[in-house]
Amino acid sequence: MSELHTVNKSPFEKSSFDSCMEHVLEGSAVLLYEDGVYAAMKNIAAEGKVKSAQGVKFFVLGPDMKARGLTEDRVTDGFEIVDYGKFVDLAAEYDKVVAWV
Amino acid sequence: MSEDIKNFLYLNRRAPYGTIYAWESLEVVLIGAAFDQKVSLAFVDDGVFQIVKGQDTSDLDMKNFSPTYSALGDYDVNQLYVEQESLDERGLTIDDLMHLTWEDEDEDWAEKDSIRVVSRAELAKIIEGQDVVFSF
Amino acid sequence: MKFAIQINEGPYQHQASDSAYMFTKNALEKGHEIFRVFFYHDGVGNSTRLTSPPQDDRHVVNRWAELAEKHDLDMVVCVAAAQRRGVVDDGEAERNGKDATNIHPRFRISGLGQLVEAAIQSERLVVFGD
Repeated sequence: MSELHTVNKSPFEKSSFDSCMEHVLEGSAVLLYEDGVYAAMKNIAAEGKVKSAQGVKFFVLGPDMKARGLTEDRVTDGFEIVDYGKFVDLAAEYDKVVAWV
Repeated sequence: MSEDIKNFLYLNRRAPYGTIYAWESLEVVLIGAAFDQKVSLAFVDDGVFQIVKGQDTSDLDMKNFSPTYSALGDYDVNQLYVEQESLDERGLTIDDLMHLTWEDEDEDWAEKDSIRVVSRAELAKIIEGQDVVFSF
Repeated sequence: MKFAIQINEGPYQHQASDSAYMFTKNALEKGHEIFRVFFYHDGVGNSTRLTSPPQDDRHVVNRWAELAEKHDLDMVVCVAAAQRRGVVDDGEAERNGKDATNIHPRFRISGLGQLVEAAIQSERLVVFGD
């Protein structure tokens, strides 16, 4: 089964992003939204975890980035920026959603 | 698998008492037990603190709900996965946890352990095998 | 796809209810079915009709109610969580001796079984929390 893992808390506030990354398997995807979008930033510890994940797709919610003034140039390569419509598509496409709150 | 029976996993990642999530998630488990699905609980990160033995809330004037974990076996909820690394990071071992058991009617009501300590990698596979994951 | 939505946090304090609303709205626009929206923990606070947020910001409760009205959504508030947090309908007021109600009519108070049933009957459970 493939999973869409969601992370909505900042990696600096909670360990939810780390916990998510410790349980994501190949073929699955991670979507960052709300304060979780900060984990998509370059040059932070999270970047290393993203880069070393094998076979995992990474998505970040554009509206939450925009709200926080987080521009695309600050986002780690490999993230696809999506909107809510795509969030819905991903939730349908993957076999289930696992929320790391 | 029959289309009506799903693998339900309750993902517990928070400590007890500081917030209500641990207790209110247990309430879902108890109600959910009546629905005949395949139920497991996973204790990860601070969630492992939920089943530490010796909880005593008498000086806090809060209800000690830890005995409820002991009742889970009676509700046919007997797959309690505890993540090894989460224990290690917190300096805990299985001996620090409540002794949670269930009675297997297929083996003459033999008492068995409900807690299964698994590695992070094993838990990732267990999560993958679920149909529904509840997060609190 | 048939979705069940679980919301664990109250309005404004956390973004959970907003994110859930946006997800739900987009899912409906794409033609998906929302089997139920279930409000748990502080999420029950999304159902009180007595909020008066500032005019220049979104009205979380009313926005949910309007979406529910437009799409005939089943918006369920957990009874145990509601009792703890003082979200009251007529039935609860009578049962628990309260002198007022505060629930918005578009929401209904019911048991946790509704969440479990939603998870069974839907194809996807999406949880919004903190």
